[in-house]
Amino acid sequence: MQSQAHDFKRRAETALEDMELQKALALLKGGFTTKRAQAVAALPEFEALRTAGREIKEHTLGHLDFYLERYEEQVRASGGHVHWASTVEEARTIVVDICARAGAQRVTKGKSMVGEEIGVNEALEAAGVDVLETDLGEYIIQLAGEPPSHIIAPAIHKTKAQITELFHKHHARHGKTERVTEVATIVNEAREVLREGFLASDVGITGANFLVAENGASVIVTNEGNGDLTNTLPRVHIVTAGIEKVVPTLEDVSTILRLLARSATGQEMSVYTTFSTGPKRQGDLDGPEEYHVVLLDNGRSQMLGNEFHEMLRCIRCSACMNHCPVYGAVGGHAYGWVYPGPMGSVLTPVMLGIEKTSTLPNACTLNGRCQEVCPMQIPLPEMLRKLREREFADGLTPRVARMGLKAWSFLARRPRLYGMVTRVGVKALALVARGKGRLRWLPLAGAWTAARDLPAPAGETFQQAWKRRRRGASP
Amino acid sequence: MMAESSIQSPAERPVHPRVGLFVTCLVDLFRPNVGFAAVKLLEDAGCRVEVPELQVCCGQPAYNSGDAPDTRALARRVIEAFEPFDYLVAPSGSCAGMIKDHYPRLFAASTPWAARAEQLAERTHELMSFLTDVMGVTAVAARYDGTVTYHDSCSGLRELGVREQPRALLASVEGLAVEEMRDANVCCGFGGTFCVKFPRISGRMVSEKVRNVTDTGATTLLGGDLGCLLNMAGRLKRSGSPVKVYHTAEVLAGMARVPGIGDGDDDSGA
Repeated sequence: MQSQAHDFKRRAETALEDMELQKALALLKGGFTTKRAQAVAALPEFEALRTAGREIKEHTLGHLDFYLERYEEQVRASGGHVHWASTVEEARTIVVDICARAGAQRVTKGKSMVGEEIGVNEALEAAGVDVLETDLGEYIIQLAGEPPSHIIAPAIHKTKAQITELFHKHHARHGKTERVTEVATIVNEAREVLREGFLASDVGITGANFLVAENGASVIVTNEGNGDLTNTLPRVHIVTAGIEKVVPTLEDVSTILRLLARSATGQEMSVYTTFSTGPKRQGDLDGPEEYHVVLLDNGRSQMLGNEFHEMLRCIRCSACMNHCPVYGAVGGHAYGWVYPGPMGSVLTPVMLGIEKTSTLPNACTLNGRCQEVCPMQIPLPEMLRKLREREFADGLTPRVARMGLKAWSFLARRPRLYGMVTRVGVKALALVARGKGRLRWLPLAGAWTAARDLPAPAGETFQQAWKRRRRGASP
Repeated sequence: MMAESSIQSPAERPVHPRVGLFVTCLVDLFRPNVGFAAVKLLEDAGCRVEVPELQVCCGQPAYNSGDAPDTRALARRVIEAFEPFDYLVAPSGSCAGMIKDHYPRLFAASTPWAARAEQLAERTHELMSFLTDVMGVTAVAARYDGTVTYHDSCSGLRELGVREQPRALLASVEGLAVEEMRDANVCCGFGGTFCVKFPRISGRMVSEKVRNVTDTGATTLLGGDLGCLLNMAGRLKRSGSPVKVYHTAEVLAGMARVPGIGDGDDDSGA
């Protein structure tokens, strides 16, 4: 997926004016955030689980080579294949080759953020393979020709009315010509259309929420059951996953599962939790004949042990974006690449380089709500600040901001000079405000005064007034 | 309320501690009344308050813009100016959070500056939490007639755990009632330089905040950080709202008789 992250500001401003999008985003606030708060309040050991989850991830990351090799051995032992991809290009080639060898015409897909990272749909379509997204949200945006705007609710930016029109436009070829306007009928129609796809599919591709080192299982959680049909019906099952998804044991999976759905949607558990362990064995009633896992690095191993190491604990739950006031105002498309919101504003610059993405870590008020809700206790604000440091050190900070900062810090390091300059400044501003207490406009302060007045200074600095009063008070 | 155990026993702190007031640059420039209110509250609690002359800024604008060298230079200034005091107290969660939470991390571990930063951090407090948790203040002698709503500024809330302390003190103000707003703990859109780097996103965020404020029907908005208060007051005044905006300290010190933030001499006082 071509990154548009450099264009964040313009895309965000467009999003602010998009009334349909704003309607859709308003629903997000009452939904995920309220439900998460209720779910957390109902589980007294939630904080202890967060710490336990963090420790599991840190332990695994500290021995990542060991657990990945263990995982690979287990997959091989159960008859599956493991493919290592350093880059998204390698991953694309691996997936396309597996499909070609299987003679695949049609591929069904479960939701996979790594799939988005790889750009697997475009690669397969370029190779002449039909791809069908089977997660309802993913299916909707596939019809719309758009990327996801949220990592667990990819079509969250779409209103019901927009979905009605999309289905009306695209489902005529399935013999469905009535407009469906109720949630239940919309879901039913999608289910009927998708079922044809499931039955005709040659290869199913899913992501993974976990890879289990002790038994080689890959685990997905879904609410629609589409993942189960994707990984059992076709002849070939391909799992695409980042290398940081591995955990040592099933016990570890169950610990983190207790955090995942609560943090994401406020559910205790997702509706379906599915373990895939290799191809169909003798006597199995169903399952794929071939089982492949494509393990993607794409910069992850470089993060091990560096200042962004803790980001590798991320379990892609979306709590950070659900609680981010900037995401809530502009939605996910503004961020311009696969991962939106706070975790995306860290991952995008780390994976694609800071040069063309440095707006993202700045598009944050450092309010800390993301860190507060992160089930893996990732210090997102600190990482965003680190990225700003990198931007500054690399000389990428816009010239005007850099000069303003230099001028201000020159003064701030010279308190006496600063006092002289500011005394004149506050006096002048107070005079301009003429007792009205606020300014509607001020040269060079247009960014502030576009949406709000500037409360006027009192006319005297505190330091001035303090000295005056002390003098007056002394005998 | 904070747990009883978090209140230092008198044996651990001087009865009349020597407090250096970290004024904050915004209070110095925009709202000296907050500084005087802080002095009054601290003196009423038994502190000996001094205002070091050689103080300007905690360095957040540089820090949050990624300018590490200038941040360290400013931090050294603050450390030098406030080292002689028993405590550094700031009428701001974000400045106190900067000094308490971030200063120790600015310097390479086990260097003299890191140790000095660590020592200052341990003695640094936001005003409200200092009054309640360190000085054991449970009530103030002030009167304010009106219904107020309180905005939890992000740094104070999340870096320092300032939440119940200002509410507890406000509960002791005669004539004052608190009406909580929806999403009181959600950012107002100020974010330091964020509000000028992304004015339209910030404008949307503060508009939403102000709607939550006015929906309560409260006549007054209070908060503990002047940056957020300037932002919210600016938006309230732009939209013609009569809601008064004060720093919590001004109300607790009985010093909210001056016009509210963003109000002029002509706007009726509280």
